[in-house]
Amino acid sequence: MSANLLRRAALIAWTALVFAFIFAPIVSTVVFSFNADRFPSLPWAGFSLRWYEAIFADASIQRGLTNSLIVAGATSVLATFLGFAAAYVDYRYRFVGKIAYTALVALPPTVPVVILGVAMLTFEGRVGLSGTLTGVTVGHVVLAAPFAMALVRMRLADLDPDIEGASANLGATPWRTMTGVVIPFCLPAILASLFLTAAVSFDEFMIAWFVSGVNETLPVRVLAMLQGQVSPRINAIGAIVFIVSMTLVVLAQILIGRLLGRRSKEA
Amino acid sequence: MRFAAVWGLPPLLWQLAFFVTPLGFLVAMTFWSVKNFRLIPDATLANWRFILNAGFFRSAYVYTFWLAALTALIASLVAFPAAYTLAYRLKPATRRFLIFMLVVPFFTSYPVRIYSTQIFFSPEGIINALIAPLGFGPVSVLNTPTGTVVGYLVLTLPLVVLLQTFALMNVPKTLIEAAHNLGCGRLRTILTVIVPSARVGLIVAATFTFVLAFGDYVAPLYLGGSKPPTLSILIADQVKSGNHWPRASVVAAIMILTLIVVMTGMLGLAYGRRGGRR
Repeated sequence: MSANLLRRAALIAWTALVFAFIFAPIVSTVVFSFNADRFPSLPWAGFSLRWYEAIFADASIQRGLTNSLIVAGATSVLATFLGFAAAYVDYRYRFVGKIAYTALVALPPTVPVVILGVAMLTFEGRVGLSGTLTGVTVGHVVLAAPFAMALVRMRLADLDPDIEGASANLGATPWRTMTGVVIPFCLPAILASLFLTAAVSFDEFMIAWFVSGVNETLPVRVLAMLQGQVSPRINAIGAIVFIVSMTLVVLAQILIGRLLGRRSKEA
Repeated sequence: MRFAAVWGLPPLLWQLAFFVTPLGFLVAMTFWSVKNFRLIPDATLANWRFILNAGFFRSAYVYTFWLAALTALIASLVAFPAAYTLAYRLKPATRRFLIFMLVVPFFTSYPVRIYSTQIFFSPEGIINALIAPLGFGPVSVLNTPTGTVVGYLVLTLPLVVLLQTFALMNVPKTLIEAAHNLGCGRLRTILTVIVPSARVGLIVAATFTFVLAFGDYVAPLYLGGSKPPTLSILIADQVKSGNHWPRASVVAAIMILTLIVVMTGMLGLAYGRRGGRR
C-alpha cells in the first residue's frame, strides 16, 4: 500500500514540477514588475511602481497599446462574423467541396506565423496594405477566424436542425429565422469568440512584426525592447498585457462554461 | 440560394484573398529575381539553386528539424506523467481547474515569457542563485541549443499536457479496469492498454509540438542566441536586413513542404496501419 502512496506522491510531485516550469515565467513577470531593483534577482529590493510609471510615460509604448487595441477590436468583429458565417454554412448546407471549404477556413493556425508573416508582407506590399493597421488586422483575421468558427460550430451542434424548418413553416423568411432563432441561440458563443479572437490578436507578434512597419503594435514593441538591455519595463508591459488578455479569456471561458454546463444538464 | 451565398461567400472570399493568395504569392516569388534591390517578376530557378546549395541553409535545416523533433520527444515524455495524473489521479474539480490553468499561457505574451526565462538562466539569475549553495553550477544555458530547447518547451508544454490529458480521458475506463482485473500491472497497463488506445491524441500532441517548434522565431533568437540560426531566423534576416524576399520565400516554401510531409506522415502513423486488428 505504501508503494502505492509513494507512486501517487511521485506523480503529483512531477505534475507540480511541470506546472512550475510552465508558470514560473508568468508569475515572475508579474512579481518583478513591482520590484524596485533594476535587475530582477533575489533578494527582493522592495515594492515599487516605477516601471509602470516609466511605461506610461513612454510615448512609443502608448502608441503600441493604442494600435494593439484598435487592431484587436477590428479583428474580433471581423473574425467573429466570418467564423460565424463559416460555421453556419457548415451546419446548414451540404455541397460539393465542403471539406475543402471548412479546411480553408480552419487551416491558418497550422501554418507557422513566421511564414504567414512573410507571405502577408510580400502580398500586402504589392497591394499597398503593408505598414498599415489595416494590413495587420487583415492578417490577424485570417489567423483568428478559425477559433471563432470552432466556438460557434460547437454551439450549433446543439441546435435541432428541425427548428429552422419549423420556423419556415410558421412563415418566417430565412432572414427572420436567422435573426430570430439562430443568432440568439448562438449568442453566448458569438460573445465568447469576440473575446477570444480579440485576445488572439492582442498577443500576436509575428505577423504584426513583419507587416506593421512604423505602426508597431504592443507585442512588436516588446520584441524590439527584447533586443536591448534588461529592463523591468518589459515585465510591467507583460503584466498589463496579461491582465487584458486574461480578462478577455475569463469572460470567454465563463460563457463557454455556461454553454457546456447547459449541454450536460440537457443530456 | 442568395441567402446561402450571403453567408457562404464572405469567409471563402476572405480566406482566398488573404490566406491562399499571399501563400501563392510567396511561392510565385521564389521564382523572381532581385536587381538593384528591386523585385522583378521572373521565372528563374536561381533562388532555389542558391538556397539549396548554400551550406548555411543546409546546416540550418538539419539543425532546426533535429531540434524540433527532439523537443517533440522531450515534451511528450515530460508531459505524459502529468497528463496521466490529471486524467486519472485527480478529482474532477481539480482537473477542471488545472485544465483551465493550462489555457492561460496561450494568452500571455510569449516574448515576455521568453524574456523571463532568459533572466532565470542568466549567470546572475535565479537558477544559478538557487543551485550555487547546493554546490552545483553555474550552468550556462543561454545562447546554446539547450537554451533554444528550453524556450521551445516554454512554448509547447502547456499544449502537449492539455492534448495528452484529453487523449487519456477518452480512453474507456472499462478497458483500464478490465486490464487491472485480469492482473495486468500498472506499468504494463499504461504501455499495452492506455498508450495504444490514446495513440491518436498522443501523436497529434507530438506533431503540434514539432510544428510549433519548427516555426518558432523567439526562442532560438533570444535563448539560443541565434547560435546557430534556425530557418525562421534565416527568413527574418533575409527579409529584414538582407532585403532578399525571394530567397526568404524559398526557405518558407521548403518549410511548408516539410511540415506537410511531417503532418501527413504523423497522421498516417496515428490512423493508419494496425487496421488489421479491427
